Amino acid sequence: MTELHSSGDVPRLHLRTSVNGKPVVREIEPRLLLLDFLRDDLGLKGAKRSCDVQVCGTCTVLLDGLPVSACTTLAYEAMDRQLLTIEGLSADGELHPLQAAFIDHSALQCGFCTPGMILAAKSLLDEQPNPTRADMQAYFKGNLCRCTGYYYILDAVAEAAETLAGRARG
Amino acid sequence: MASHTVSSGVVGQNVRRVDAHEKVTGQAQFTGDLALPGMLYGRVLRSPLPHARIRALRTEAAEALPGVVTVLTGDDLQDIDPYYGHALRDRPIVALDRVRFVGDHVAAVAAEDEQTAAAALGLIEVDYEELPSATTIEQALAEAAPEIHETGSLRLGLFHGLSNLVPEGNLCYQHGFSKGDTEAIRQQAELVVEGEYVFPSVYQYSMEPHTTLAAWQGDSAIVYSSCQHPYLVRAELADMFGLAVSKVRVIVPYLGGGFGSKSYTRMEPVTLALARKAGRPVRIANRVDESMVTSRRHNMRCWMRTYAAADGTLLAREVRLWLDTGAYADNGPRVVATAADAAPGPYRWQAYEINAYGVYTNRPPAGSYRAFGATHLMWIGESQVDEIARRAGIDRVEIRERNLLRPGEEVRPGGKPLDADLVGDIRKVADALEWGSARPDGVGRGLGVGLLAAGAHPVSSAIVRLEADGSVVLLVSTTELGQGARTVFSQIVAQELGVPIQRITVPGADTQSSPYDRSTGASRSTALAGTAVLLAAHDARDQILRAASRVLGVGQEHLELRDGMVGYGSGSLELAELFVRHFGLAGGEFIGRGVVGPEEGKGSYDEGPVFWEVCIGGAELEVDSETGRIKLRKLVSVADVGQAINPHLVKAQEMGATTQGLGNALYEEMLFEDGQLLNSTLLDYHIPTPQDLPDEFASIIVENEDGPGPYGAKGVGEGALAGVPAAIVNALADLGISAHELPLTPERVWRATEQRRERTPPEH
Repeated sequence: MTELHSSGDVPRLHLRTSVNGKPVVREIEPRLLLLDFLRDDLGLKGAKRSCDVQVCGTCTVLLDGLPVSACTTLAYEAMDRQLLTIEGLSADGELHPLQAAFIDHSALQCGFCTPGMILAAKSLLDEQPNPTRADMQAYFKGNLCRCTGYYYILDAVAEAAETLAGRARG
Repeated sequence: MASHTVSSGVVGQNVRRVDAHEKVTGQAQFTGDLALPGMLYGRVLRSPLPHARIRALRTEAAEALPGVVTVLTGDDLQDIDPYYGHALRDRPIVALDRVRFVGDHVAAVAAEDEQTAAAALGLIEVDYEELPSATTIEQALAEAAPEIHETGSLRLGLFHGLSNLVPEGNLCYQHGFSKGDTEAIRQQAELVVEGEYVFPSVYQYSMEPHTTLAAWQGDSAIVYSSCQHPYLVRAELADMFGLAVSKVRVIVPYLGGGFGSKSYTRMEPVTLALARKAGRPVRIANRVDESMVTSRRHNMRCWMRTYAAADGTLLAREVRLWLDTGAYADNGPRVVATAADAAPGPYRWQAYEINAYGVYTNRPPAGSYRAFGATHLMWIGESQVDEIARRAGIDRVEIRERNLLRPGEEVRPGGKPLDADLVGDIRKVADALEWGSARPDGVGRGLGVGLLAAGAHPVSSAIVRLEADGSVVLLVSTTELGQGARTVFSQIVAQELGVPIQRITVPGADTQSSPYDRSTGASRSTALAGTAVLLAAHDARDQILRAASRVLGVGQEHLELRDGMVGYGSGSLELAELFVRHFGLAGGEFIGRGVVGPEEGKGSYDEGPVFWEVCIGGAELEVDSETGRIKLRKLVSVADVGQAINPHLVKAQEMGATTQGLGNALYEEMLFEDGQLLNSTLLDYHIPTPQDLPDEFASIIVENEDGPGPYGAKGVGEGALAGVPAAIVNALADLGISAHELPLTPERVWRATEQRRERTPPEH
C-alpha cells in the first residue's frame, strides 16, 4: 500500500528501489519524474532529456530489464524494482559487448542518444539474441538518432549480438 | 597551402573516435549535465501572439512565489545594449515593448528549481495589445503589410559579413547577381522550363535542446553553452554587456548535435542577463518546443525558369526566391546569399539573373541548418535540368556531362573557380545506380548535382603543447558536435609529431585557453581549423627538432619524429629524455602555434568561398499508387572530400546527412497557422527512424586532393543532405510525377499521381 506522508507542505513518498544493483531509499515528491530522480537526485547524468513525450528514447533506462522512457515515468514506479542505467552497464570496469561494439564501429556521433540506444539494444538482445536487421530497425523506432543515420548503430548491435552469442556458446 | 600525398601513418586510417569511450559509458558531459554551486533554474515566458505591443507587465505575483529569486523584464536592460543579432541587431534579450512571433521572449524567471520557475511563468501578468501580423511571405510583402521592424533604424551586427546589407520595410536582405544577356536568350531559346516551388520550414532537431549556464565572477562573465561558435558568442556578449572581450569566457562541453541550430548567439544573452539580476548562476535548458522556435530552416517560395537549345545545351536561368527569415534576421542574410549562389547550379551558362530576398514575418526566426541554400535550391534547378533533358531527348547523365562546369571554371562572378571534378562525381552516382541497366517496372531513378559555398570566413588557430612526458594537449576551439573533429585533429597531430594518438588530449573549446576559431559550421573545420592544427604541429615539430639537434649534435635534416621519439638513423631519443636534456628538468614544454587567415584581410564572402562543397545524390524508388507512399530502394552519395583523413567518419557524415536529407525530402515540415506552430512535439513532427532507411545505401569517397585543407582535404557533411531531395524529386519525375513542393508526403505524391493520370489520355 502506498504510504503518503508529508514534510512541511509537500507530500512525500517513501521510495525503495535498486539502481545499478545497489539499494536506494529516498523520500520523493509524488510528481517526481524518473528522469529527474536519476539525473538530479542521484547524479546519474547518462540518461538525457530531449523530446519529453516518449518518442526519442534519449532517456531510456531499463526497469526490470525492459526499456522505459524516464521522461514519462514516475520515479515511484521504480518502487521495489530494478533500474539499470548506462552507468551500471560496465560497473565492473569492463565494457559491455554493446559498448565495445559501439566504439569499434564509431556507432555514435554527438553521443546524446547513445546511452539510451545502448540500453534499448541490451533489452533487444536479452529478448532476442539473434535479431535480423529488420528486427533491429523495428525495435529502434523508439530511439531516434539525428547524427548517424543509424547504419553504424545497426552494424554495432549485430556485432554485439555475435559476441554475446559466442560467449553463450562458451 | 600545397597538398601532398600521405604515404603512411594515421591520416587516412579509420581511427576510432577519441570521444567514443566517454560517450558509450554515459560520462560525456553536455551543458545540461553541469551545475554550479548556488545555481538557479531559468525559464523564459514566451509570447502567445504573433505580433503585439506590451502595454503592461506585472511581475509581483511571480516574484512572491516561494522559490522564485527574480524575474527579468525589459526594464532590467537599461544599462546595457539589449539588442543582439550577428547580422542585424534586431532582437532584444527580452521584449522591450513589442513581441514579434509566437514564442518571442517576454520575460524570464530564475528560481530554486525548475518546477517553481515554470509555475512562476503563469503568474506574470501581461497586457498585450494585439497588432496586425504578417505570418507568411505573401502577407509580409503585401502593400499594406504591418511593419515588423523599423528597419531604417536597425544597426548592423558584428558578423554580418555582407557588403550590401540594407534592410528595407519587411525585406531583411536582398541579394542578386547576373551575367550575360538573358533577354537575348529569352528570344532564341528553343526549350524553356518554368515553375513555382515551395520549400517548408524544417526543424534541425539537435537532440540536445539549446542549453546555457551563465554566472558572474566579479566583473567577468562565464558562460557554458551548447553553442557552435563560442568566439562569436563571446564577442556579442561582451558588446552587449559592455565588457572587454577578455572578461567573457565561453566554454563549450560536448554538443548534443548542432546542424546549424546552435550557430551564433541563442539563449546566452537572456541567461547571462538573468544571472546578472539574480546575482547567482542560472541555467536555462530549452525544451524541444522552445528550441523549435529558437531556430529553424527557412521556408521558401521560388520561381525559376531555365532556357536551353534544342540539343540540350543549357543557355540561361532566371531565379527569384523569397526566404522567410521570421521575426529576426538571425542568419537569414547569409542564407539568402548562399541560396542565390546555389541557384544557377554548377553549369556553364551564357546568362543568368538571380534575385534572392529575405523576408521578415511574424514567425519564429530562421537561421542555419546543414546545407542551407543548396538544399533549398538544388532540387528545383536539377528538376528543370532533367525536364530539359527529357524534352531534348537526351540522357539525364549526358546533359550534365555536357553542361557541367569543369575544374577551374568560374562558378560565380568574382568567386573562387570550381575546385572539383563534377563530371567524374556524377558518373560515380550513375554507376552506383546502374544507370544504363533496364529499370524494373514502376521504378524511378534520379540524380542531382550542385555546389554549396563552404568555409565561412577563414580565420582559425590552434596550439599544440608537447608535454614533458611526450604527451600532447591540442587546443583548438572547434566545437565537438558529433562530427568527429577531435578525432580528425588528433590524427593530424599524431601524423605530424609521430606521437601515438592515445597520447593526445583535445579538451574542447574554452575561450580563455583555446585559441580563436571563427566558427564550427559550413563544413569548415577539417579544412581551416585542421590546417591551423597542421601548422601548429609543424611549429612544435620544428622546435623539437631544433632542440634535439642541439642536444644530439646531429643536423636537423637527419632527424625525424616517430613512435614518440626523435629518430636519427638507427638511433633514437625518447621525447621525455629530450625534455630533461633540453630544459634541465622533467618539465617545460614546446608550444606550437598555427594560424590560418585570409591573405591581407581578403577571404570575404565575395571572394570566397574557401572551397565549393559538392552536393550530390542519387535515388531509386517506387511509389505506391494507392497511397502515394514513396519506397526508397536505394540512396547514393558521393563525398568529394579531396582527402579523407578518416574514411569511416567521412562515411558517417554522409550517412547522417543523407538521412536528414530524406527527412527534409519526405517528412519534415513545421506547420504554422496564423503564426502558431501546430506540430511542436516529436509526436507530430516526424524525423527519420531506422525504419525509414532505404533498402540500400551506397557512399563513394572521391579523393582528388583538390581541397585547401591538410593533405588536400576539403570539408564534408552538408552536400549529401542537399543531394537527397534533388535525387528523390528527379526519381519521381522519372515516373512522371512532378513535384513542386516539399516534403513529398504521401498525400502530395498521391495528388500529383492523380494529376498525371488526368493529363494522360487513355490509350484506346
